[in-house]
Amino acid sequence: MMRRFTILLVTTFALTFNAVAGTDGELILKKNQPSEIKDCSEKFNRATFAFNQALDGAIIKPLASAYNILPTSIRTGVGNSMDNLSNLVTIPNNILQGDLKKAGVNTGRLIINTTLGIFGIFDVAELMGLSEYEKEDYGQTLAKHGVGPGCYIVLPILGPSTTRDAISSVANFMGGDPWYNVSIKNDTQYFSDIDYYASKVTTGVDFRAKNYDAIENLEENSLDFYASVKSLYLQDRQQKILNTKKTINTQNDSDWEELDN
Amino acid sequence: MKNYKLIFLILIFLNNYIISHSIEPDVFVQSTVNRASKVLSEDLTKKEKIDKLKLIAKETVDIRGIGFYTLGAIRKNLNDNEKTKYSKLFESYFLKSFSSRLSEYTNPEIDVQDKEVLNEKYTIVNSLLKATNERPEIKITWRVYTKDPTNPLIRDLIIEGLSLARTQKEEFASILNSNNNDINALFKVLEEFSQE
Repeated sequence: MMRRFTILLVTTFALTFNAVAGTDGELILKKNQPSEIKDCSEKFNRATFAFNQALDGAIIKPLASAYNILPTSIRTGVGNSMDNLSNLVTIPNNILQGDLKKAGVNTGRLIINTTLGIFGIFDVAELMGLSEYEKEDYGQTLAKHGVGPGCYIVLPILGPSTTRDAISSVANFMGGDPWYNVSIKNDTQYFSDIDYYASKVTTGVDFRAKNYDAIENLEENSLDFYASVKSLYLQDRQQKILNTKKTINTQNDSDWEELDN
Repeated sequence: MKNYKLIFLILIFLNNYIISHSIEPDVFVQSTVNRASKVLSEDLTKKEKIDKLKLIAKETVDIRGIGFYTLGAIRKNLNDNEKTKYSKLFESYFLKSFSSRLSEYTNPEIDVQDKEVLNEKYTIVNSLLKATNERPEIKITWRVYTKDPTNPLIRDLIIEGLSLARTQKEEFASILNSNNNDINALFKVLEEFSQE
């Protein structure tokens, strides 16, 4: 109880400290501009990044390489079922962001794909015309409500994040993730801890496998791989927070205009 | 009066000439992609492919512009010699990095979908790289510099919303920051990369 309270207190303090009122789209865009996010503990981050790279080389990369040998249909099925599971976190976040329409669509997706799609292996919902799935998490929800990202951080094993996103992920372990609740927190007899951790490892390997060549290529051609990964992560995060598919919404044109002056 | 008429006629002629010779950014992107695609599907050695891709990049990409964008605000502090040296080093770095990234692909199929004119100088062209068994469909957006409509140039490639120029800029900024903004440190890193 005391531990939970401490976590809640730290979370509240950190978020209040980071929060600056404002929910305007432009303000959110500005706050989440990659160039505006400070790398407060770069030395520590670089050390963690090196550790993660070693871990990737020893475990994740070989697993991803083996996974890529599997037939496409199997890999698609695995990716689909992991996406389906992540709906359990996406739906509450759709609601918290006030996007009830998407919450409804995603609930429909979850029900259809879990039943007709056999535990999410087949994306039947998309065939039935339900729009493309977009993941949401508690970090994105806080950002939507005007909470700034804080500093860029690299977490051991989990990789790039920001202070806001790392702290908000604690919500998953405090009742915010139904999958965690039924597999670890409560003894439901249907699922165990292993199921939860296996799903997390599978999601990681699936991501690494999907981006296998892109990551190798980036590493080979980067002058500073750490800086490249940081930039790409923060750009991607900014897009997800804004839920925009329109590239120009996140691009700062003034940088380019300056060139001609 | 005759002179005015002549000037007027020349202006009309020039205007028509520019209009008739201007290249639509989407057509330009599709033709560039087709050229690169053809090279990649040809039965050539990797080195031959890289050499041909470098030629296409030199003609269609504003390498100098990207180089100065990538350098950020520090470009204003460089003297002419440093600017020339940087442009040279950046070009060889860019061509090596770009062609080696691209040469791994075999026969990529890219379809240009639509375009959005931002202003006189920039048009955004949206395209899709078709899915294969190895990878899903990828959205590629091109920032085309159209200041000279008869000679459009690519200034950025945005893959699934992630800008390569912006990534490059932040990478260079990181190198400069960790070396007290000493341009010579960046020169050294660029030289080493190109010589590898």
